[in-house]
Amino acid sequence: MTECPVCATSISINSGVVKNEIIDCETCGAELEVIELEPLNLEEAPEEQEDWGE
Amino acid sequence: MNKLGILFSRMRKEEKLLLEKAERKKIKLIHIDTRKIIMGEKFETEFDVIIDREISHNLSLYAIRYFESLGLSSVNSFKIASRCGDKVYTSLILDKANIPNLKTKIAFSAERAIETIESMGYPCVIKPPVGSWGRMIAKINDQEAAEAIIEQKTFMPGNTIYYIQEYIKKPGRDIRVFCIKGESICAIYRNADHWITNTARGGKATNCEINNEIRSLCEATSKAIGDGLLAIDLIETDNGLKVNEVNHKMEFRNSIDVTGIDIPMLMLDYAIKQMREHN
Repeated sequence: MTECPVCATSISINSGVVKNEIIDCETCGAELEVIELEPLNLEEAPEEQEDWGE
Repeated sequence: MNKLGILFSRMRKEEKLLLEKAERKKIKLIHIDTRKIIMGEKFETEFDVIIDREISHNLSLYAIRYFESLGLSSVNSFKIASRCGDKVYTSLILDKANIPNLKTKIAFSAERAIETIESMGYPCVIKPPVGSWGRMIAKINDQEAAEAIIEQKTFMPGNTIYYIQEYIKKPGRDIRVFCIKGESICAIYRNADHWITNTARGGKATNCEINNEIRSLCEATSKAIGDGLLAIDLIETDNGLKVNEVNHKMEFRNSIDVTGIDIPMLMLDYAIKQMREHN
């Protein structure tokens, strides 16, 4: 359990989530990157850039 | 034991699927976080071949060029990434190889862009040379729209390229073909009422049977671009299929179930073959 770095709501993650995965905060909708699993550390994910893609 | 690397900074569903598949098949797949690379410092290589899944085109190009300079192989290669990641280069290559593709003109100034749009006729389409998911693509229906869009583009930082393409009225869908080394492994229709059919924009994927026309067009396209892992977007026209875009870091999350093809496994198989050839 940790806090959303954007809205400070308490967040826990599912067991299948892995390091570097992007999850959504269900309260504020922010995209969060899982920086570490133990202890759980979340950071706001980078915003979409112009050169992102397939 | 030989090892594969996988390069990405942002993990999408696709990267997670590749990692999960590798773990199940006991393939050692090492994640390289692009954000942690410092070119010029000693780089301890733990892999022979790296699968490039970096979401940023610019970061990806620098990183894989760097890896190739160290004698490592990248899937896809810098050559393929630079040709597919910029639509200008893709169009030049397709034209040179006489591969049916959408009529495209590229202007380097706002004045020439307006002239080009007028000569192309309405409606036509303007796209950024680099980018995906239908982002910043505009359908220009008349002269007033052309003037407004071009004026706005002139104020966008760094914009000096106007990539202008004929508009083809699609039959409510286009086709995406997944190719590995020139072989079409599966294809989907991307169905949408909107003229933009990207699945990232709501297009619904259904299976598309691969016929001889699709197979031969994709084989020729792959040969022209460079054999690797490609997703080739085709448009059905009155004059047959035409290539719209060629993607080198395709997303496939919506295409596995509808095609029944294990795309991540085939991608890993290809990378392993590249690794054996590398050694």
